[in-house]
Amino acid sequence: MADVTLRKVIKRYDEVEAVRGIDLDIADHEFVVLVGPSGCGKSTTLRMIAGLEDITDGDIMIGGDVVNDVPPKDRDIAMVFQNYALYPHMTVAENMSFGLRLKRYPKAEIKTRIDEAARMLDIVELVDRKPKQLSGGQRQRVAMGRAIVRNPKVFLFDEPLSNLDAKLRVQMRIEIKKVHQKVRTTTVYVTHDQVEAMTLADRVVVMNHGRIEQIGTPNDLYHNPATRFVAGFIGSPAMNFMPCRLEDVAGKLNIRLTDRIAFPLPPGRAARYQGVGRNEKLLLGLRPEHITEAKAHPEPGVEAFDAVLDVTEPMGMETLIYFTLEGAQICGRVNPNAGARAGGPLRLAVDLNNMHLLNEVTGVVI
Amino acid sequence: MASTVMIDKAAPTRNPAYGSMSRDRAWALKWSYFFLTLFAIFSLVPPLYMLITSLKSSAEISAATNPWWVFHPTLSNYVGLLTSNQFLTFFRNSVLVSIFVVTITMLISVPAAFALSRMRFWGSATLATGVFLTYLIPDTLLFLPLFKMFAVFGDWTGIQLINRWYVLVVVYPTLTVPFCTWIMIGYFASIPKELDEAAIIDGASWLQTLTRIFIPVALPGIIAATIFAFTVSWAQFLYPLVFTTSTDQLVLPVGIITSLVKGDVFNWGQIMTGALLGAAPPLIIYAFLMDYYIAGLTAGATKG
Repeated sequence: MADVTLRKVIKRYDEVEAVRGIDLDIADHEFVVLVGPSGCGKSTTLRMIAGLEDITDGDIMIGGDVVNDVPPKDRDIAMVFQNYALYPHMTVAENMSFGLRLKRYPKAEIKTRIDEAARMLDIVELVDRKPKQLSGGQRQRVAMGRAIVRNPKVFLFDEPLSNLDAKLRVQMRIEIKKVHQKVRTTTVYVTHDQVEAMTLADRVVVMNHGRIEQIGTPNDLYHNPATRFVAGFIGSPAMNFMPCRLEDVAGKLNIRLTDRIAFPLPPGRAARYQGVGRNEKLLLGLRPEHITEAKAHPEPGVEAFDAVLDVTEPMGMETLIYFTLEGAQICGRVNPNAGARAGGPLRLAVDLNNMHLLNEVTGVVI
Repeated sequence: MASTVMIDKAAPTRNPAYGSMSRDRAWALKWSYFFLTLFAIFSLVPPLYMLITSLKSSAEISAATNPWWVFHPTLSNYVGLLTSNQFLTFFRNSVLVSIFVVTITMLISVPAAFALSRMRFWGSATLATGVFLTYLIPDTLLFLPLFKMFAVFGDWTGIQLINRWYVLVVVYPTLTVPFCTWIMIGYFASIPKELDEAAIIDGASWLQTLTRIFIPVALPGIIAATIFAFTVSWAQFLYPLVFTTSTDQLVLPVGIITSLVKGDVFNWGQIMTGALLGAAPPLIIYAFLMDYYIAGLTAGATKG
């Protein structure tokens, strides 16, 4: 068990800078997920922590010791790969014990550890099989078992669920969470799937273009994104962005979306945005769940307007609706009984208490 | 009559797309069998002719009878060869040369291929290409300079290599090592990078990764390379012809020609027998290792 610290870590391949100065503190026992689109540098960062990639500049510390020049085998880490990377000629038990056998652990100790890990992962009856006799989910369990028996300081996961089908992925996600609750090993987990990131992480690190966009708890990122990238990346369906500007009407602050549609801001929001320039190009960020059917009784901060729907997607417990506003496609979530139908009109309401205001040029949430 | 199946002739025919596709496949199959048969005849007639001739006496070979039939079968050619010390010496020399060459080749080319394909060091890619280019130099171009080199080497050190069977153990690896290294580089490249990364994280050194992960996983490739090295060293003709002359130092291909062709007298029966017996070891080895050659041991390593 140990904490992991990255200080101004840079990775440069010839001309390309894959990781551009990352600072990250991961506490002991913490489960941290690095998430971002492909090419954002998350896997490179993980591989640098593992020691599989040299770092160009900066420091990586595991348990307080700088490990920049320490080879992978001496870092006391274990890694689970996307394609499992099981040794095909060894049985499950041999796969799991390979690292321990190399370190010349006593046989009895190895057996105890394998039994324990196999029980935890529910693969007891598989220990004598070869990898090719296992299903994808079972292989992933073995790969995790191989990490667990080592009892390392840090677990590293590199997109471990990407090769599984959707149903199995959900199941293994829960499995990974259970394992972490039992062994409490510091974990760094890389994924491009924001749902995985939200569900697994104590803290999520959102990366883009080799930089960290924001670090926070899943709820923190969801409700208080710092940038347009984070706001758009976290949450599904994604947050809507509508071009808008602020205007003063009779001493009150309004937000104007189109020539026809403008809403008064709720008092709390009005106070917060008072200093924003009236001519600045802004974006109104609203999550789909804050665009719903209009209720009979008006609530403070919730403003109604009329829209003609393009498409509806009934999901069972809710219906996703899509309409166009000034050329932008907007998604909302309404009650299945709200009478939404494609091509039909619907009176909608936006909850401005949960709005985000962004600077269109810089992408920063104000 | 209750079991009779009624066929409704008015019923619509089956999906034509499916039918035409299976017709294409049937034709493809017929053509491939036709050419396979043609090729099999083409390549099997010479050994068959050798077998027929080897079962004839010298008198019958020179008689004007049907050359494709044995009227008085005899094993005298086989008995004659297998009881002759000369032939057994050729055979022993061939076996010794092949065993040493295969061993030396694999000891060099497997670690070399591992280093070139996995341990990224300065110039490794250029070196890998260089290894392949070496193989492209024809051996007919090399035997004269090599001969000169061995002569000079003999003058300087007093160690005589020319006209010794073990000179071939020195020469053959120049042919087998580059090619086997190249085969193994290709095979190692097909092993996912994560496998050695997992081993390294598990605490394996490079040598342990090679011996405990790569060699077992790449066994089919290693066997393919072994077969190649064996075939080359068993069947080489030019080098042994040039470098060895004394009867007790000859290997099979050269030995059969030089000892069984005396002036303009061709002992056809024994030549054919010798050639057949000489072809037997590679044949047996191929037959036993073919399954390994084809089997993919990497199945299950990754998502597959």
